[in-house]
Order: sequence, then C-alpha cells, then structure tokens
Amino acid sequence: MTPLEVIFWIASAVILISAIMMVTRRNLVHAALFLIVTLFGVAVYYVLLEASFLAVVQILVYIGAIAILVIFAVMLTRQVTNPGQLFNKHASLALVMSILVFIGLYLALSVWPEFSAVAPEADTAAAISNLGTAFFVEEDGQPVYLLATMTASVLLLIPLVGAIFVARQKE
Amino acid sequence: MNYDPIAIFAEWLRELLTSWNLSDDFATVILKLIGAVVVAGLALGIFILQTWLERKVAGRMQDRFGPNRVGPFGLLQPIADALKMVTKEDTTPESADKVSYNIAPVMAVFAVLMIWGVVPYSSTWVGTDLDVGVLYIGAVGSFGVLAVLMAGWSSNNKYALLGAFRGVAQLISYEVPLLLSLVIPVFLARSMNLNEIIGKQGDVGWFIVFAPLAFVIFFISNLAEIGRTPFDLLEAESEIVAGYHVEYSGMKFGLFQAGEFAHSFASAALISILFFGGWQPAASPWLGAVVFFAKTTFFYFVIMWIRLTLPRIRIDHMMAMNWKFIVPLNIILLMTVPLLDYFVKDLGATRMYAHFGLNMVLLIGAIVVAGRAIKKSEPDRVRFPERAVAVPPKEETEEVAA
Repeated sequence: MTPLEVIFWIASAVILISAIMMVTRRNLVHAALFLIVTLFGVAVYYVLLEASFLAVVQILVYIGAIAILVIFAVMLTRQVTNPGQLFNKHASLALVMSILVFIGLYLALSVWPEFSAVAPEADTAAAISNLGTAFFVEEDGQPVYLLATMTASVLLLIPLVGAIFVARQKE
Repeated sequence: MNYDPIAIFAEWLRELLTSWNLSDDFATVILKLIGAVVVAGLALGIFILQTWLERKVAGRMQDRFGPNRVGPFGLLQPIADALKMVTKEDTTPESADKVSYNIAPVMAVFAVLMIWGVVPYSSTWVGTDLDVGVLYIGAVGSFGVLAVLMAGWSSNNKYALLGAFRGVAQLISYEVPLLLSLVIPVFLARSMNLNEIIGKQGDVGWFIVFAPLAFVIFFISNLAEIGRTPFDLLEAESEIVAGYHVEYSGMKFGLFQAGEFAHSFASAALISILFFGGWQPAASPWLGAVVFFAKTTFFYFVIMWIRLTLPRIRIDHMMAMNWKFIVPLNIILLMTVPLLDYFVKDLGATRMYAHFGLNMVLLIGAIVVAGRAIKKSEPDRVRFPERAVAVPPKEETEEVAA
C-alpha cells in the first residue's frame, strides 16, 4: 500500500463515519460540526487528486459558510436539540431508493473505461492559470466560458442589489 | 554562501530511510511529517519568545521595566508563566458540551499553524510550496472563526455565546477586505505562490511601492482578524471581562492565547512576504531566513506599537469603517489597478511610478470623500428614547436658538 492509499482510506473512513453521525445527531450544532468534518474529508480527496485549487475553494466556501450556518442554527432555532422523531414514515423507501441509486451509479461507472484509469501527472500551476483564462479568453475565435461567467456574475450581483434594496432605510 | 543545512540534513535522512528498505514515497511522507512538527514547534517556540518581547516592549512604552527578575533580562519569565498556566486548575462548566469545549482551543491553534505551513522562510526553506498559497491562507482563516464559535457555544454561558457572535461578526466582516486586498499582490505577481510573489518582488521592486493602499487595507484588516487593540472587541478585558473564552482556564485559555500570538506573528510574516519582499534581497537560504525574520519581527513590533498606543474602537464605528470605507475603496482599487496595469505593464520603472501615483490619487480622493461624509452625517452620540422631561416655555427656547 502506498502512503497515498493509506491517506485515502483514512479520509474515506472519516467521511463516511462523520456523514452518518451528521444525519443521526439530534443536536443541530453537532450535526453542523460533523458536516464540517465530512466536507474537510472531501477536501482531502481533492488534494489527493492534485486539485489543490478545488480543495482550497472547498474549505473556503463550504467550511467558511458553515460557520455562519451554525450561527443561524443557534440564533434562530428555539431548541437546538430536537426531541422529535429521527425518521419519518418514508425512511424504508428512502433506504431502498438510495441503495438502488448507489448500485446504478456503480454499475454505470464501472463500465466507463476512465473509471480505473491512472490519472496523468497534473501540472497544478498551469491548471490554475488555464482555469483563469478559460473564463474570459477566446479560443479559436470562440469565447469558451465567457457567457457562463457573465451569467454567474449577474446572478451574484442580483442578491447584492436586492440586499441593499431590502435593507435601505425608508425616506 | 549557498550552504543549506536543512537540505543537507533532509538528504541525509532520506538516504538513511531508504537504506532501511523504505520506499521513496514513505520516506517523503516521514520527512513531511518531521517538517510539520518542526514548523509547529517553531511557531510555538516563537510564541514563548513573543510573550517575553510583548511584556518587555509594553513595559518600555509604559515607562516601566517589564519582567526582569527571572533569568537575565527576565528571559526565563515565559517558562515560569507556562509552568503557572499548566499547574492551574482546569475547570469545565458542568453543562458544557464537553467534546466541542475541549476541541475549540486546539482548533484555535490549529487554524494558525496551518498558515505557518506555507510560509516561505527563505528561497528553499518552505513547509509546502503551494501553488494556491494565498488562497489557502484565506481558506484556513475560516477555522479560526469556527474555533471562536465552538468555544462560545459549548461553554453554555450566555455571555460566552454573545461574545462569540460579536467576535464572529468582526472576523467575518474583516475577512472580506483581507481577501480582496490579497488580490492586488497576486495580480501584480501573476501568481498565487508565495515564493513566486517574493521572487517577482526581487525583479520589479517591493509591492509596498506598487500598492501602498492595498498594504494599508491588508494591515488594518489583519489587525482586526488577530483581534488585538484597537480591534480587541473579542475580549475587551477592561470593560466586559472577556468574550467567547470566558469559561476557559489554565492551559486551555493558554492555547487561545498561543493562537492569538502566533496569528500576530504569522500576520507580520505575511505582510513582509506580500509587500516587503520576504527573504529578498538575500538569495542564500540561511541569510534569507535571517532577513525574513528580521522583517517579520519589525512588523510584529509595529503591531505591538499600535496595540499599546491606540484606544479601543467602538463596535459600530468598526463595522461602519469596514463596510462603508475599506471595502468600497478596495473594490475601486480592484477595478482600477488591472486597468492601469494593462497600459503600463511593459514600461519597467514607469509602471512602478504609475501604480504609486494611482494609489496616491485614490488615497487622497478617499480621504476627501470620507471627510465630507463624516461632516455631513449627524453628530455621533447615543440617542435615548423620548420620555417626559421638563421643557422650558416656548418663547425662551426660540430665544436661545436665535
């Protein structure tokens, strides 16, 4: 076993255990903290895949945002510990469905030739600058992701404007 | 001159490990682990020296001697303090959430040690030469926020929780200008790799000349992120006792303290890396480390200096300054600097002067606009709700007004 495999198995175990813990905790804050552990494990996956940019963004966006989620959990819910039922009446159906989806995904991916292929050595520095230029620079006269970038920018601008409009003092 | 003791030692250790029939991968992992322990030990060793330095400098600035009883110049005082910390009673509130209560101080130190992992001490001495170094520094800041929240919530104390909310509001608000101001050096160097940013500064000149405004914004928001005076509303020990760590005692409180001190030093290190050329102009590894630590200690001194000089800022003033002044200024900077650089990027020294000029124009403009806005706004005082008070007859009031 190579060191990378050891890290992979440890990360997988942490992700699975904390994911199960997250959905079974009665305490909202505990659930959020286990969600952080799960997402951190996923960031470790990205590091193993040499996608350092994605790993860092994963931590920046998800773990940074969950801190705020915890605040709202504490501030806005009267009871952080929920005494209600953990499962509702659709629990068994959901279990069957998720097992079916898992089997389906596994079968679909195992016939895909890339599934067991070894990834080529990635040039991470070039990958980041490629990612940056792909958003704006044209390739063969075609702007590759320019439209998507602009749409996303407008989408992000709208909540900003909306927030200012809502928060503005009435004159 | 290019004698590199760490590289020689690492090479020797790698050969030793491979001679024990370990694979090259495992040797790398073991070397990285040793490196992590060394970097963490370095940061905590510096923390011990920092407590001494802080008390000595504070003493001098307040016209007293500071610690001078234990050892020469009081140098052994931190060891006495550490022993006192460890032997203090370690209390846990009965209704506290035990696990998160105990993890929070560890998380506070961990968040800061993560920064130390990517800091280049010299051209070859660097924990991990990460291509996304600057973004990584922004990302690990969120663990610090988590530590504050976990400490405040798990103490099961109203005041600790309120302190945590106050602290998190400050940390999250000032993370915005912190990250936005990091973009300027990244843009000027065309790289997010910390070592490449330093290398670029050796070619074209230190970024303090290119981006003095970004430096000021970075410095101010860093002060707020560390939570030191004038931004120490997380604690405000003279008024509201403490914030999120009110329930912590002994070494657990000591860990929060260690986190704060190590964060201060890491911030000073980032300032010297991003704006003052890090280990430049020394190319040799050990001389570079000396230069780097000299610069970093100087900026740490500046942080202490500010802490000991300025009074605490009020929380609404702090938020207003962030959202109404620093963030808009930073966004203007982000829009104008790339535009200017597009026209002057091949002009050598002229590029430097152009950037410096733009920054100065923006700075003067910002001060003028902010000064007018402050003058126009209402006199700033706490308003109490209206209530029945004795009012003089109407005529008299008009006379006074006239």
